[in-house]
Formats: sequence, C-alpha cells, structure tokens
Amino acid sequence: MSAFTLTNARLIDPETGEESLGGITVEDGVITARHEGAPPADAGTVTECNGLCLAPGIVDIGVKVCEPGERHKESFGSAGQAAAAGGVTTIVTRPDTTPVIDTPETLEFVIRRAREAAPVRVLPMATLTKNREGREMTEIGFLMDTGAVAFSDGDHVVTNTKVLVRALTYARARGALVIGHIQEPVLSAGAAVTSGKFASLRGLPGVSPMAERMGLDRDVALLEMTGAAYHIDQITTARALPALERAKANGLDITAGVSIHHLTLNEFDVADYRTFFKVKPPLRSEDDRVAVVGAVASGLIDVICSMHTPQDEESKRLPYEAAASGAVGLQTLLPAAMRLVHSGDMTLAQLWRALSLNPARRLGLACGRLSEGAPADLVLFDPDAPFVLDRANLLSKSKNTPFDEARMQGRVRATWVAGRQVHGDAL
Amino acid sequence: MGFRQDHLLGIEPLAPDEIQEILDLADDYVALSRSDDKHSDALAGLTQINMFFENSTRTQASFELAGKRLGADVMNMSLAASSIKKGETLIDTAMTLNAMRPDLLVVRHPHSGAVDLLAQKVNCAVLNAGDGQHEHPTQALLDALTIRRKKGRLHRLSIAICGDIAHSRVARSNLILLGKMENRIRLVGPPTLIPAGMADLGCEVYEDMAEGLRDVDVVMMLRLQKERMDGGFIPSEREYYHLYGLDAEKLAHAKEDAIVMHPGPMNRGVEIDGALADDINRSVIQEQVEMGVSVRMAAMDLLARNLKRRRQAA
Repeated sequence: MSAFTLTNARLIDPETGEESLGGITVEDGVITARHEGAPPADAGTVTECNGLCLAPGIVDIGVKVCEPGERHKESFGSAGQAAAAGGVTTIVTRPDTTPVIDTPETLEFVIRRAREAAPVRVLPMATLTKNREGREMTEIGFLMDTGAVAFSDGDHVVTNTKVLVRALTYARARGALVIGHIQEPVLSAGAAVTSGKFASLRGLPGVSPMAERMGLDRDVALLEMTGAAYHIDQITTARALPALERAKANGLDITAGVSIHHLTLNEFDVADYRTFFKVKPPLRSEDDRVAVVGAVASGLIDVICSMHTPQDEESKRLPYEAAASGAVGLQTLLPAAMRLVHSGDMTLAQLWRALSLNPARRLGLACGRLSEGAPADLVLFDPDAPFVLDRANLLSKSKNTPFDEARMQGRVRATWVAGRQVHGDAL
Repeated sequence: MGFRQDHLLGIEPLAPDEIQEILDLADDYVALSRSDDKHSDALAGLTQINMFFENSTRTQASFELAGKRLGADVMNMSLAASSIKKGETLIDTAMTLNAMRPDLLVVRHPHSGAVDLLAQKVNCAVLNAGDGQHEHPTQALLDALTIRRKKGRLHRLSIAICGDIAHSRVARSNLILLGKMENRIRLVGPPTLIPAGMADLGCEVYEDMAEGLRDVDVVMMLRLQKERMDGGFIPSEREYYHLYGLDAEKLAHAKEDAIVMHPGPMNRGVEIDGALADDINRSVIQEQVEMGVSVRMAAMDLLARNLKRRRQAA
C-alpha cells in the first residue's frame, strides 16, 4: 500500500493528553511519522484536513451484533457500516447472541462472518459460563486460542459465587480478562426504571441505585480472593464510585466502563413511557449522571462505550414494562460524546482517552494512539458541525436510538482502519 | 377556556378549571341519575367500547351504565383472556378495534403507560380506566366530586391517603388532583408500601396512623392489593389491621366531621373495620359509587363534544 499523509489537522493525542496542529503519515497501515506545520517531502499523497480533528479510531467494548440468531436486528455488515460511519474502528462484540458464543466452534463462525462482512476490526468476546447459566465455566483456554479477547455473560450475573471464584481463578491463570455486570440481580429483578420520584409518579417498578454498589462490593471481594483481571461493563451511580476508587487504590486489576447513554441522559428523559430510553441498567438521576461524567474526566472510569443493543420495532412498541431494553449507539457515540466536550466537562484528549486509548490498553491492543508505529485506525471529524439526528438515516438495521430528533454537534468526515478508508468521501 | 382534552389519560394533564368543569357537569348528571327519567341523548349515535385487559366488575359496570344513560351504544370486551394469549400485541388490538370506528374507548390495562401508548394509535377519544400503577383519573374525579359535595369545597382541606400507596393508581391520581386543587395531603402507611421520593412531591409522609390522621378532614383508605403482593410487604394481615386498619379509635384522631372514603372493593377487617365502613354518618363509600357514574358521564360527554368539534374542523 502506498503512503499517504493527512496534514493541517487538529491532532487529538490521548496518550499525551494534548492537542496540536499538524499531520501524520501512514504507510502499510501503520502511522510512520507525525509532523507539525508543512508536511515532509516524501509523504506520498497529501490530503489537506482544513483544521478538522484527527483522533485514533474509537474502540467500543460491548457491542451486540445479532449474529447468530437475530440477523434481522443487526448483522456484521450493518453493524460494521454503522461503526465506520461513527468513527468506531474496533468493535468488541458481546456473546449474548442466540445461541450464545460459548464454544470455539460458534466463535469461529462469528470470526468468519465478521471477516467477510465488517469493514472495521471485530474482536469477539465469549461467555464466561456455558450458555450464560452461571453453572460451569467455558473452555477459556480454547476460546482464547480461537480469538476471544474477553469473557462476559453480558447482563447475566453469575450468582453462584463458588462458580464465579473458580472461573475468575482459572481466567487469571490463563491471563483472560473478565467483563462483569454488577447490578445485584435479586434487587434488580423486574425493574424498568431507577426508583425515586420519577418511578413513583409513572407507576413503574424501580430498582434502587444501591443494587449497583452491592454488586460491585461483591465482585471486588472476589477479585481480592482471585487476583483476576476484571472490567465492569457499566458503572452508572455516584454511590458505587468510592468503592471503585478504593479497589483501584488497593491495587486490584479492575477497570470500569460507562455507556454514553448514562453520560448524556437521565431518568426524566423517559418522559411519557418512551421505550427507546429503556436501557439496562436503567437511566439514573441527574446527580448520578453528573457524578459519572466527573469520574470519566478524572480517569476513575476508564472507558466509554456505546452498549450498542439493536432491538426491532416490535420489541419496543410495547408498554414500557414489557418493552425490550437497549439502544443502538455505534453511529451516535461520537456526536453524543461531544456533548461532554461542548458542555466543558472534559477536553477532547480526555474524551479520547476513554473512547480509544484506555479500551485498547485494557484489551492489549496496539491501536488507540496517534504515535509512530501505531495502526492507522483513525477518525477525522468536525467537532462543531450541528445536525438533527433522523433515526431513519442510521445504518444499523435497528433504529432504536434515544437521540432521534435530537440536536447534536460533531460529525464524522472520514474513518480509516489499518490505513484503508472505510467511511467518508474521498478527501 | 373550557375543557380542552382529546383524551382522559390521567389527572396530570388537566388544569384546575378543567377539573372543575367536569365536576360541575357531573353535578348535573347526579340530578339526572336521581330522577325517574335517567336518560339523555348526549352520546346518542356514538359507539363506546370498554376494553378491559384486567378484570373489573365495578369500574366496567360504572362506565357501561354511564354510556347507556347518555344514549351511547356500549360494547364490553374482556381481553384479559382472549387475543393477548394468542400473541396479538396491544397496538394490533387497538388498531383492529379502531377500524370498527368507535368514538369512545375506555381502557384498563395492567401496564403503566399502556393506555397512553394505545391513545397514540387510534383516532377516537380514549379514557383511562386504570393503567398499571400509574393513574386512574375517573376514580380521582369521583372522589373529588364526593368531597366537594360533602365538604362544600375542594381546596384547603387536610386529606390523609392511607395504606397501600405503592401499588395504587388511585393514590397517584388523587395525589395529583388534590395537589392541583391546593389541599394538604398526607400519606400514611407502612414504609414498605410508600413509594420512594414521595416527600419530594409535596406530601407529608407518616408511618403512624394516629399522627397521620390528626385533625384531617378526609380519610381515604386504599385497598390492600393482595394480588400484587409478591414480596412480603407486610408481615400479616392481622398485624396490618392492628397498625393501619381504620377503626373508630383511629378515626377519633381526625376531625369530628371527617369523612371516610374507600375506592372499593373493600377488604373488611384488613384495611377498614366493617362497622365503620357501613356507618352512614362517617362513611361516604356508597356515595362514591354513585358519583362514579355521574363523573364518567360528564367526562365522556365533554370528550365527545371535543371529538365532534375536531371532526367537524377536519
């Protein structure tokens, strides 16, 4: 592949935490040089970026692609296109499909389908326990050999702590990363919203935000026992944050993520039973939202993800309690996350630390950086371009976004994966 | 301004003047209902369908009678056991009925918000006859009419709502209505049956009946929703009756002329003493039932007028 250079871009470098005006040169899918000012002479095709932002492509942990089982909701093709259009260059897929990804054979199917159909990098997760039942651990070794990057039962909590201790211990020995859902399941059972004034007025079953703290406390204790590498899929409440901080201070190998929806929406957005706002865990109070935004800015929460969960119209056009949970997010992650920058809560470099650098590091990937030698997984975007989102324009097969008709700022202009442009007009 | 609603989905969207207008018209219909010729033609030619996705005897009968007194063609559908079991969605059921061109749809559904959802899909007037644990607007309106007639006003009263508030749509609608009319509202019950965040909504919350009932003008008892008790909210019915069941002794803490209300059906000896419930000097429970028919007549009449106006404009 011939070399090309992008110049006069606002470079967002999450490693140094700095922004600078300059450009990069890409050769054979790898960033080979960075420059300030005018591009060097031997830089191949030079493309002028007109001061747009250039950042490492987003690494999104926890994407649901509904293959196998529900391809009408989302396929590797549609999810990959949506990711490319959203500046997401690596999707880490959830194994909570039908059937679940709990054997090397089903994992191979997923890897093959992803290679055929998706224009972005796809790294699959496998389940921690067979059929997500929380009874027996999966073949963690074989699954890693096949290509599983992490192990997760999705939103199923392994309630049998003996099983979980053994799985965590075994995972530690194999060097596997376990991703857990920390909502205490008994207290959470049947809940559609977070308990409080809003839940009471709407007459919807609520769960106390304390369920998250309870689940976290349990898992932290098990990590002290086992020493496993553990990532929390979503931490969404103020009360859980001090426990996370203590666990990190005590040297446990723990990191945490949060979905973009919990960073930008709160429980009142559900308003008159709008089921596109039904996510799991449910949207929280404004106090909680502000606290988790602060925790992302400070670095206590490591990762922002889209928690992309496609649902068809039929499963959402139901009374709120009966409707399915989840929202699509691959294509709206970047503009929604830009709200955190426009509101002054964090800098672009801080934001990209959570969108790219930290998730890549957690998974041991070389991407997520703008340094020489890093893969040329890149997103070029206009941070200010305003638009009103029309869900019909989303590339996902399912259009269940809570941002329909929302005013947003921040548009992806181009996306590259390993130096190959996968989205945007020819520049 | 006049009554401006297309549907009656809850008390929340109503302005105080709209509430008064419904009650004023309901007063007229009380007079009509007490006369020998109980008939009016206000809804003549219109079709009213009562869709009950949850079993009900009293509310359905009240709506049916209200429609018939106003000359509507009334059809009752008990859907708790039919098409839902066949896998048809709520919206499909609604669209099917909508195609039969009803003018008034009266809907009860076990899920909060389900009636709102249905109202978005049909082009007739929808009345919420109770949705999950959300609202039951005609119950709050009939309670308001009963209070207004007994107390001579519907403002600056001290009103205690007692018992199983957590599972009660009646409590929510009453809370909103009585709040809009500027009354002082107390919620009294065991903390396991008081939903979270209630103190933020301008209510005073009491865990003790004697304190909660002190000097109130109105005592509203709620049915202990035994069918919804999936997790042991109270230790036993007898302990509940001992602590929270309304009897003459507890009622003595309220004002001397305080009235006792209950939306029915009652669990005698659980939330209310049987003798007290039958005491015509204190209990207005039978009046509530009577007011129910008149309030529903008024609500349907006003909605039908708006519906006709909309159709003429279109």
